Amino acid sequence: MSLINYSSREINCKIVYYGPGLGGKTTNIQYVYDKLNPETKGKLVTLATEMDRTLFFDFLPLELGTVKGFKTRFHLYTVPGQVYYNASRKLILRGVDGVVFVADSDECRIDANIEALYNLHENLNEHGIELGDVPFVIQWNKRDMPSALPVEELEHELNPDGHKSFEAVAVKGEGVFDTLKCVSKEVLHKLS
Amino acid sequence: MVKADWSIYEEDYWAINSVLEDLLKSSNSGSGLLIDRTGQLITNVGTPPDFDVVAFASLCAADFEANNQLAQLIGEKDFSTLYHQGIDQSMYLARIARDVILVVLFDKSTTLGLVRLRVKRAVEELSAIVERLFEKLEYRNEEYDRSVVDEEFTDGIESEIDKLFAD
Repeated sequence: MSLINYSSREINCKIVYYGPGLGGKTTNIQYVYDKLNPETKGKLVTLATEMDRTLFFDFLPLELGTVKGFKTRFHLYTVPGQVYYNASRKLILRGVDGVVFVADSDECRIDANIEALYNLHENLNEHGIELGDVPFVIQWNKRDMPSALPVEELEHELNPDGHKSFEAVAVKGEGVFDTLKCVSKEVLHKLS
Repeated sequence: MVKADWSIYEEDYWAINSVLEDLLKSSNSGSGLLIDRTGQLITNVGTPPDFDVVAFASLCAADFEANNQLAQLIGEKDFSTLYHQGIDQSMYLARIARDVILVVLFDKSTTLGLVRLRVKRAVEELSAIVERLFEKLEYRNEEYDRSVVDEEFTDGIESEIDKLFAD
């Protein structure tokens, strides 16, 4: 939920990374955190299990700089991908301004991708939002895996509406900034 | 067309801060924060916390939401207040109108009873301000926000995004 604060002169927006478990959502945010200068990022908050699986969410605030006297801040969140954490996923989507769907390119994860996408639709609907209402970008992650499905096949199965998509290898940082840049700009355009 | 979900204007901001200052004084508490339920900090009054306030706001909203889900599981609509007791520092959270959360941080120099009592009054006052603010937004939002989020602003932020995310 974008918030313009005229007194503290801040604009805040929320971007959520969604997708199946172990698809690379946290890896995306971790890469962004590792690469950015300390002055542009806040604390990386991770609510994870002992096995480093996301339990509730990861959270990273980013400062995009000051324009016309207003500081613009994007709040990046990931949701837990595991099926049984749906209550948490639903909560994180509250007030979302943009969604990145991190799909796992591994062919044996295609059903998990479809289920996660369907779950995203469902949870957004519960907040009274249609997927077409919010900026939505897809990332085809793990493109370096030998068992990765061709992008055309993924597009056909998961992106029939032709949303913007990016190939990525998030552990190496490939495609991470391109995806974030794209969704950030779409959020901004929706605001203006 | 500007579609910011909501905006805080100067006069409302100061009205909110004034209620929070009175609350801190009358309850002898350290800090008061107002947070929206998506985890965005609206204002922070009193002793500046020596922790990351942005992260704190995000966690408070998540805490409140998680507890609301617990409330519903046991057949309650929600929990309108939450209390977290520490050895030195404690927190009291209260729901205000329209998805806004008040958080009060206090230490042993006051009591839970006093904080709870003063928060109750502050919640009424803050709810009235927030309700008025949202009524105002019904017709002021676009006209007001357009002066900030215009083409010049979008171009400026886009160039900041390109700089920030350059590989």
